[in-house]
Amino acid sequence: MNIRMVREQTRRAFSIAKKDLRIYYYKPPVLISGILMPIFLCMAFLMGNKSVSLPFLIAGLLSMTLFFTATAISPVIFPWEGQTRTLERLISCPVAPESIIMGDMIASTIFGIAITLVALFIGHLIGVIVIHWILLICAIIIGSICFSAIGMLLSVPPTAVSQNIMLLSTLVKFPLIFVSGIFMPVEQMPGAGQVIAYLSPLTYFTDIARFSLTGTGYFPIYFDVWMLLLFTIILSVASIVLHKKTMPLRI
Amino acid sequence: MPDAISVINVTKRFGSLTAVNSISFSVKKGEIFGFLGPNGAGKTTTTRMLTGVLKPDFGDVQILGHSMVSAPLLAKQKFGVVPETSNAYPDLTAWQNLMFMGELYGLGSEHAKERTLYLLQIFDLYEHAQKKVQSFSKGMKQRLILAMALIHEPELIFLDEPTSGLDVSSARMILSMLREMNSRGVTIFLTTHNMDEANTLCHRVGIIRSGNLIAIDSPEKLKDTLDKIHQIEVSFNRDIPEEMLRNLPGITTFSRFGDKWKLSAQDKDLAIRSLVALSEHEGMSIISLNTLAPTLDDVFLRLTGGEK
Ligand SMILES: Nc1ncnc2c1ncn2[C@@H]1O[C@H](COP(=O)(O)OP(=O)(O)OP(=O)(O)O)[C@@H](O)[C@H]1O
Ligand SMILES: [Mg+2]
Repeated sequence: MNIRMVREQTRRAFSIAKKDLRIYYYKPPVLISGILMPIFLCMAFLMGNKSVSLPFLIAGLLSMTLFFTATAISPVIFPWEGQTRTLERLISCPVAPESIIMGDMIASTIFGIAITLVALFIGHLIGVIVIHWILLICAIIIGSICFSAIGMLLSVPPTAVSQNIMLLSTLVKFPLIFVSGIFMPVEQMPGAGQVIAYLSPLTYFTDIARFSLTGTGYFPIYFDVWMLLLFTIILSVASIVLHKKTMPLRI
Repeated sequence: MPDAISVINVTKRFGSLTAVNSISFSVKKGEIFGFLGPNGAGKTTTTRMLTGVLKPDFGDVQILGHSMVSAPLLAKQKFGVVPETSNAYPDLTAWQNLMFMGELYGLGSEHAKERTLYLLQIFDLYEHAQKKVQSFSKGMKQRLILAMALIHEPELIFLDEPTSGLDVSSARMILSMLREMNSRGVTIFLTTHNMDEANTLCHRVGIIRSGNLIAIDSPEKLKDTLDKIHQIEVSFNRDIPEEMLRNLPGITTFSRFGDKWKLSAQDKDLAIRSLVALSEHEGMSIISLNTLAPTLDDVFLRLTGGEK
């Protein structure tokens, strides 16, 4: 592969992302897990939690919103393409499997970023103060890539039944929310919980969001950023490698 | 000059089932090649390997000189595909589907728009350009899918049963489109169940049975190989008992079809002479006598074991 081909393949990946956004953003599973779920969770969260400060709460909400929106589209695309039998055509086109997988990830990432920015903007209008804007925006972008890779990984099993994948997603996503310092600061977690928190990329994003809003976080900020980047790279590579393996089984 | 398609010892297994068993053949540039076989013979599996959708377990496929194994992107850029199962994106409009294909084949946006417009017009879909494909009839979908395969003006096109399930006029439209493209030099590879289609359209056909390529030649030559056994249809002005035909020289088998007799003969000439002699001897007259040329159907049934 030379540079020209890489550029051309990247363009085609973005075309695939555009197609995904057009098709999937209003599909019921996406609306439920990407819009309704974070709204309900935020409301429950806002009403229930009186013990922590408002900026802490807002940081948690932001983190949850990004997590749910960025993982909304990526798990449903492959099962859907298998079901509507559009995947075969895609594979017979001159696009590398990597381009197809990255295109789907890009779509999910953009969806996550866009909705989270809207939420952030609304928050800003009603008086939420952000101390570190640039850091926060960068973290939203990286975090969105990272979470959309998680979504992609959830759809690796080659089933055409998107309900199964949705079920699997729910089973993975909710526990992650609980161990990532959103409802409860990491420092207040029991020992085992703290260990698990280290294994969740959501923990680091939440900590960055907290730092951006309050000026203090649990981990050193550089550690947060590096860990988030590391997870993003590992999860993205893993989802590309694994999807490449299971893609032919969907035909 | 490389062949349009060259298939070298390609094998595909699904578990213990050998769906395609080490087949080799090539399709020359400018040819219409028909790929025939009964259900489950391995036509679709072969087509999928030729179009890079499935990886062969062994062997290689070369498309206009590019190996599907080592340079799949270059190979795929060269052809268009109409897969077996209809699959335009149902949630996109006809226009969006075509433009998306244009982008995947690397057409510039102006060029893609131009081609999309042109294809919508010649495939009679212009009024439906802005409608979602899920509202399309089967014929409209199939025309759109063919249009999608042609977006980048490929010099080779694969079609897996492009006319199955279509009414006569839609099927004719697609076939005449294929013939017209072929006259401009486009190579066509199509699988079909329809012998008529293969007979009138294809320059050469390959017949596959249980994963093995069992014949490959022009339809006329294939029919010729069956010519050793002739079919004769005869009817007399009155009913005759079977015994009369039994020991007639030259006639090997006979059976009654309505008011006609269907006979098969090793030696056509001898059989006809003895029929004439019989009618003279019995004082009957022959009302009709036809010698039937074998059809591609006969070839197909004979080769694929549908008729002993
Ligand atoms: N993905 C798959 N997994 C397992 N077996 C398969 C798969 N695809 C095809 N087969 C088997 O391989 C054989 C060949 O199938 P194929 O679809 O190529 O036949 P075909 O000639 O296209 O038949 P038809 O005329 O019905 O379209 C069949 O026995 C089929 O069951
Ligand atoms: Mg088939």
